[in-house]
Amino acid sequence: MRALLLALLLALAAPAGAVQPDEILPDPALEERARDISAGLRCVVCRNESIDESNAELARDLRLLVRERLVAGDSDEETVAYIVDRYGEYVLLRPTMSGSNVVLWLAPALMLLVGGGLSLVYIRRRAASTTPTEAALSPEEQARLKDLLHE
Amino acid sequence: MIVELGHFALILAFMVAVFQMIVPLVGAHRGNAAWMAVADPAATTQFLLTAFSFAALTYAFVTSDFSLNLVTANSHTDKPMLYKISGVWGNHEGSLLLWVLILTLFGACAAWFGSNLPPSLKARVLAVQSSVSVAFFAFILFTSNPFLRLEIPPFDGQDLNPLLQDPGLAFHPPFLYLGYVGLSMAFSFAVAALIEGRVDAAWGRWVRPWTLAAWVFLTIGIGLGSWWAYYELGWGGFWFWDPVENASLMPWLIAAALLHSSIVVEKRESLKSWTILLAILAFGFSLIGTFIVRSGVLTSVHAFANDPERGVFILMILCFFMGGALLLFAFRAGAMEAKGVFSMVSRESGLVVNNLLLAVSTFVVFIGTIWPLIAEMFWDRTLSVGPPFFNMAFTPFVFALAVALPIGAMMPWKRAKLGRALVALVPAFVLAVAVGLLTWAVFTGQSALSPLGVALSVWLVAGAVVDLWSRTGRGSAGGRFGRLWRLPRADWGKTVAHAGVGITMFGVVALTGYQVEDIRVAQVGQPYRVGAYEIELLSVDENARGPNYLSTMAHVAVRNAEGRQIALLHPERRFYPVAGMPTTEAGIDSGFTRDVYLALGDPQTGGGWALRTWIKPFANWIWGGTIIMALGGFLSLSDRRYRFAAGAAKAPAQPQGVPAE
Repeated sequence: MRALLLALLLALAAPAGAVQPDEILPDPALEERARDISAGLRCVVCRNESIDESNAELARDLRLLVRERLVAGDSDEETVAYIVDRYGEYVLLRPTMSGSNVVLWLAPALMLLVGGGLSLVYIRRRAASTTPTEAALSPEEQARLKDLLHE
Repeated sequence: MIVELGHFALILAFMVAVFQMIVPLVGAHRGNAAWMAVADPAATTQFLLTAFSFAALTYAFVTSDFSLNLVTANSHTDKPMLYKISGVWGNHEGSLLLWVLILTLFGACAAWFGSNLPPSLKARVLAVQSSVSVAFFAFILFTSNPFLRLEIPPFDGQDLNPLLQDPGLAFHPPFLYLGYVGLSMAFSFAVAALIEGRVDAAWGRWVRPWTLAAWVFLTIGIGLGSWWAYYELGWGGFWFWDPVENASLMPWLIAAALLHSSIVVEKRESLKSWTILLAILAFGFSLIGTFIVRSGVLTSVHAFANDPERGVFILMILCFFMGGALLLFAFRAGAMEAKGVFSMVSRESGLVVNNLLLAVSTFVVFIGTIWPLIAEMFWDRTLSVGPPFFNMAFTPFVFALAVALPIGAMMPWKRAKLGRALVALVPAFVLAVAVGLLTWAVFTGQSALSPLGVALSVWLVAGAVVDLWSRTGRGSAGGRFGRLWRLPRADWGKTVAHAGVGITMFGVVALTGYQVEDIRVAQVGQPYRVGAYEIELLSVDENARGPNYLSTMAHVAVRNAEGRQIALLHPERRFYPVAGMPTTEAGIDSGFTRDVYLALGDPQTGGGWALRTWIKPFANWIWGGTIIMALGGFLSLSDRRYRFAAGAAKAPAQPQGVPAE
């Protein structure tokens, strides 16, 4: 909670807010691409905000940089690569699927497989086993059961 | 003086907790009834002392006693009374005191209402519960004491963080803590059962209400937090996959799994060791959440060094309780033999699938949250895991859950016919597909994911209704309708909660898929259109004042397509001079089918103001569904089989056919 607030404090310390009217590109297609790219880039001075949402000065600079690259004719990938070259992997809110990150991306599916396998084994075992409760009745209990069933 | 008494009461409560941790446990081991029985008065005493201590701190806040370090750092004489009180838990030390207050309250409740528990189990539960209190009392007294005085008290305080001065956030922490701490009860029951070496249907019946209550509170707490983020942070997001949010989502998911698996223990005496494990993990995730939030370790790895003492202390608590409980589990779980037999297609299997999906989705959130830490520790890679990852990895599990839920819920225990459940669900399926197709047709050219989400949420709600209706049996519609109202509350609770999931899902899908955004420089007196609405900036008042803030307030008219005014909104930019902090207050016209959301930006050099407008379809359904989920939980909780829990303990010994009243 405290950390969140601290971060918010940082984010809000600079007034203004997120995308400014003067940043918007005249070409709506280009602007939409810019928004999509910005939503995936982290504002490095904020806590867990993309540059698209952030109010910080640095986020604004990055938003303008993204738009500059797009206007210059870069593809989406080239634009992102340009930013990553300068600010590092840290800016990517969606981690790349390279090197050790493969573990991260495969973990959910792997966990599902393992868990699913275990569940299946468990269910099959439950389905195969006989009813222990009925077999485990003592003679008195069985007599009582008989009584009850007769009632 | 009162403050010193509060401090003293806290130390006394710590000592009582130590006593309650040891004596009943030894008593239960030796079969000494007197030693076991002391747990009850000890739990009550512990709670009363903590409550007094909390009241003393509240008194200091209400009277603005600035000789107290904590009050100076978090309060101000001009602050409205509500926020003076909520300021008590709007900081690290005070919120921990609230945490132990709730912890001891739950312990006392177990003592008060647990008269039907077997004495040895009750003694062990209270002892384990008290061991958690001991850890947190020690944490407070040794690293985070709220009762520290200042040598030279200032004339006025530094004010509470303005973002916290909000009704939504005033009540967000207490609910969240009720949830986190409620899970400690499930933990205590699990560990006590492991010590006892016995888990039966009665155990499942005792654990379920605690878990259900904890889950309901967590649901409300998370809902309040998300709602606050929506209207306060100024761009109308409701969930950011922030580590702090994930910290509350993980226990919520595990608690949802636990409250479903404990039904299987209660009704069918299967899934016992798994349920015990879930109970341990649920509280484990609460502690992990506390650790993440308090240590700041995940914000940035370096923030850890800012407060190493506290972070390390919580890490020690976490390791002790999880390590101890899991070790105990490893030794004893083998003894928990499942009794119930069920076939591949049965409600038991359905609930196993539910648990599987919920557990794996928790794992997804967990690994995504801690991955930056792992990557930096082992591979020296500084990277981020943000919303794009979570949306991609988490959504499939939500969708899978949504597909399976209505089918699983319809299946009878033990042995089911899949065909029968599916046939009954045909109307729900047709409705879902129809609405999905309609959505897809209306918004052509967009991704198919949103219509799929819409279809699934309709499927969930309609499926829940079909489920309830099918419980009324056969016969004329009139007779069935009459029977509908006499169904057990648990059945209603199930339907309502499941429908709530669908409604929240619908809100989320509609908002993320179909919101309209407009960012521009608005000139006073020049209306413009956004979606189906006309927006006009009427005037901007740059010198508005609140009780403890200055404000720039815009007056904006919102008109519908015919030009009739439907709302006059006042988006604001506030400045809190004492804290030196600006905040934004959005202007929102909330509606059943959409919110019109306005946020005021900077004045522009060429005249006019930056003004952002969003049309957010079905935004309120997100929190409406959350409330409905919680309501379903409450309904279930009020079912008579929990109210008359006294009968539950004796039920096996009683002759058949006699109601347990």
